[in-house]
Amino acid sequence: MQYITDRKRASGLGSAKSGTMHHWGMMVSAVGLAILLPLFVFTFGCILGAPYEEVVAYYSRPFPAIVAALTLIVGMVHFKNGAQVAIEDYARGLTRQALILAVTFLCYAMIATGLFGLVRLAL
Amino acid sequence: MVEFALPKNSKITTGKTWPKPEGATNVRKFQIYRWNPDDGKNPSVDTYFIDMDKCGPMVLDALIKIKNEIDPTLTFRRSCREGICGSCAMNIDGINTLACIYGMDEIKGDVKIYPLPHMAVVKDLIPDLTHFYAQHASTMPWLETKTNRPAKEWLQSIEDRKKLDGLYECVMCACCSTSCPSYWWNGDKYLGPAALLHAYRWIIDSRDEATGERLDNLEDPFKLYRCHTIMNCAKTCPKGLNPAKAIANIKHMMVERAV
Repeated sequence: MQYITDRKRASGLGSAKSGTMHHWGMMVSAVGLAILLPLFVFTFGCILGAPYEEVVAYYSRPFPAIVAALTLIVGMVHFKNGAQVAIEDYARGLTRQALILAVTFLCYAMIATGLFGLVRLAL
Repeated sequence: MVEFALPKNSKITTGKTWPKPEGATNVRKFQIYRWNPDDGKNPSVDTYFIDMDKCGPMVLDALIKIKNEIDPTLTFRRSCREGICGSCAMNIDGINTLACIYGMDEIKGDVKIYPLPHMAVVKDLIPDLTHFYAQHASTMPWLETKTNRPAKEWLQSIEDRKKLDGLYECVMCACCSTSCPSYWWNGDKYLGPAALLHAYRWIIDSRDEATGERLDNLEDPFKLYRCHTIMNCAKTCPKGLNPAKAIANIKHMMVERAV
């Protein structure tokens, strides 16, 4: 039995003094995706199934390349923040921290890989 | 912590079936959760039959009738019998509500009564609300001022007083918090809809001078931001309040002062 008061248990370690910027970041990336995703679907859909040379030429143009890069970055950042919330909901302690670490690494690795591919195509 | 199955000692078994009232023509079946901490057994669901021609219209009337006339060991909280005290909050027909203002005519089929979900049970239909009340206390539910106390009273305009409508009516029955999946999984840290509704009630009180301090205390990924706008709280509130809206307003104020 732990001899701590109910009030101490409810207060816990107190406020982390963070959370709002995460919430705001999710809202900003959601608005960004609302604009970027239709643009990406449109630009990517135009070239889907085309021959390799044509795709390389298409992604050498700034607009489709920038749209694809921004969608990748904003999408992955949004996914990272959303997945962190889900992990915080369902996991505890060291598992929680390990999962958040793994998702963060995965997202940045996917961004780096995607950007590398785009740069290879564009340049 | 998220739990998808009940622990072994919480699995519900079939309990006792009490005899039907003799000579009654309008009989209704009640299935009620029972658990006694003293007998060491798993919880069970007992079956009772009530003569509806000799019973009041509310679920609480039936519970009192069962306790008075059939089974005096049935344990539940009740007091005002008119939706003011919040004592008789329980899960009726799958909905968290107050037994005193929930009419049996609203229920189709058997009447199934359980304690509020995902709370430790003290006995039968009585949940342990200790942590819930402590969380409410942690939001400083009182007027905080730094200015010297006025000679007469703290004044408030009619417009500012109107902002408290839809908030001050909360009776702390815990129906909202115990309907919230976020509160089920993270109730140790997440304050829950009821405590946050009360927090907002004091945040927007024009007489209160601790708004920043109150927001500081809620600036936390768990205390406030576990609310995912699921809206179960607003749907189940027996007083017709909207805690989700109050929480959204707190988040809005947080963003307003940060960005």
